[in-house]
Amino acid sequence: MNTIAPNSFRTGPDERGRFGQFGGRFVSETLMPLILDLEAEYEKAKTDPAFWDEMDHLWKHYVGRPSPLYFAPRLTEHLGGAKIYLKRDELNHTGAHKINNVLGQILLARRMGKTRIIAETGAGQHGVATATVCARFGLKCIVYMGKADVERQKPNVFRMRLLGAEVVPVTSGRGTLKDAMNEALRDWVTYVEDTFYCIGTVAGPHPYPAMVRDFQSIIGKEVREQMQEQEGRLPDSLVACIGGGSNAMGLFHPFLDDKDVRIIGVEAGGHGVDDRMEHCASLTGGRPGVLHGNRTYLLQDGDGQILEGHSISAGLDYPGIGPEHSWLHETGRVEYVSVTDAEALEAFQLSCRTEGIIPALEPSHALAHVAKIAPDLPSDHLLVMNMCGRGDKDIFTVADALGTTI
Amino acid sequence: MSRIERRFAALRDEGRKAFVAYVMAGDPDEATALEVVKGLPGAGVDIIELGIPFTDPMADGPAIQAAGQRALGAGMTLAKTLETVRAFRETDGDTPIVLMGYYNPIYSMGVDAFLAAAVEVGVDGLIVVDLPPEEDDELCVPANAAGLNFIRLATPTTDDRRLPKVLENTSGFVYYVSITGITGAGAANAGQVAPEVARIKAAGGLPVCVGFGIKTPGSAAEVAGVADGVVVGSAIVERIGRGDSPADVLAFVKSLADAAHGV
Repeated sequence: MNTIAPNSFRTGPDERGRFGQFGGRFVSETLMPLILDLEAEYEKAKTDPAFWDEMDHLWKHYVGRPSPLYFAPRLTEHLGGAKIYLKRDELNHTGAHKINNVLGQILLARRMGKTRIIAETGAGQHGVATATVCARFGLKCIVYMGKADVERQKPNVFRMRLLGAEVVPVTSGRGTLKDAMNEALRDWVTYVEDTFYCIGTVAGPHPYPAMVRDFQSIIGKEVREQMQEQEGRLPDSLVACIGGGSNAMGLFHPFLDDKDVRIIGVEAGGHGVDDRMEHCASLTGGRPGVLHGNRTYLLQDGDGQILEGHSISAGLDYPGIGPEHSWLHETGRVEYVSVTDAEALEAFQLSCRTEGIIPALEPSHALAHVAKIAPDLPSDHLLVMNMCGRGDKDIFTVADALGTTI
Repeated sequence: MSRIERRFAALRDEGRKAFVAYVMAGDPDEATALEVVKGLPGAGVDIIELGIPFTDPMADGPAIQAAGQRALGAGMTLAKTLETVRAFRETDGDTPIVLMGYYNPIYSMGVDAFLAAAVEVGVDGLIVVDLPPEEDDELCVPANAAGLNFIRLATPTTDDRRLPKVLENTSGFVYYVSITGITGAGAANAGQVAPEVARIKAAGGLPVCVGFGIKTPGSAAEVAGVADGVVVGSAIVERIGRGDSPADVLAFVKSLADAAHGV
């Protein structure tokens, strides 16, 4: 690409919330003062040791951090190349990496005196994490979820309701994650006084992409320490799946300036990345545009209308991607590839059978790419894949795809 | 002097308030929408706001969301929206037209190409909901340079600290959003709106039109009493959505315009 590589990849965003040309604050005037307030509060919290002490305490005692960095012997043997480590974020409370970020945002909401928390969710993992932390702190929680997702993720809908959250099915558009995000923004613009919008990924207007990244970076920080302990050096490559890209950014960010570490993001290729646009690979199959508060790569038609895309994984079913990923793509620091539904399904089963780990469909995408590259890498190559979620929520989808009924 | 400035000067001379009507381009189809747009000045509309359809209208309520879906379903695009303006200008050289929408279709066309086309077909102003002053160099500054008015929304959350920034590159008029919320929701309250209008006028001197939550001739008259103009969108678009004929839609528009004008 034609962007000049910066001295450091870890200093963004700039004061306008930009990573190169990406990011920014493309929101309506009603929300602008709220976003500036949030930014000011986050800047204060970021350098307040008391804030991080509380995070560390909750991460350890409530979430169960640090999550293990697990050497996967049978997977390594089966693929016959690189030494494969799994970062076990699926072992977190609520079964995914999402809670790392939710805790941070809810602590911020409390500092700001906000009593009403809203969130959008696709697969339901972010919604469950938000409902969980709201229950823990006694806060009112409203989760917007596309009608189509409410139907295909019934167990998570029930979990959220058990946790005391109100789940609002969104019927506008095609009823998926992007429509849920539109509806959450419509809520926020209406209830500006007491409401905190807890965004689930590294997207949205500044400061969300940077803030969510900072909260998720605990993943990569732990990997650095754990790999030093176990192998005495840094890993050679990192692989993570990307919808909006929060688990990937959390793993990647602490390593961006270690130029010998190869970093690969895996997008959802759906039925294949081609003109049919039945995929969610924003970087490999989209172009820059503006949606949900930021400029980033988007799936869109020639008129700038946003396309829905498709993925077997509800968590990757989003037509955009975090703006920092768009920048890392254009600077060439991170490689972005895509994996199809069918390849992800195969990797899902591989993980079950070789390691006894039922992965979520999202990290199954990352694993499918690992399975492609690992055999050609030497046996001393240290590869870390982020196992960012567990697959209990996906068993119905997988059963359906495999032609079985439960 | 722009067409919008001329219109406000004329209204001031006549001692009248502005009635601004919003309709979505291409809703329910290109030809019907053009027929409605062409009829708006005759129904008493002083300024036309023409919506650019977009898949993800984050600041709009159900009525305008549905209008966008109908238009997109009928094949409407930004390029065709500009053609609607061109066709309108063949019959009306005086009524200002403001395009209202979201940034992505414009960004997708290319800002320079869009501005050149907008000026050429006879657009007078732009309202782009997701471009706050913080992003002025994207479109606002180039639009002003191209001779178009960039009309900004001021809202109940725009406090005195922030108001100068909101007004800085605004021209034509200021659109005061009467409620926190989406289009078509809530109800504008003239008593609450009056001091806000006065505050904005004092800060910038531009005419202030009030919109969001004005649905009936009664509320149009009430709010017109405390502002320089009123904007009605959702209530008109809902009638288009339920299949009213252009003549019936325009009769309803006339009842709103008459009320706003104090007729």
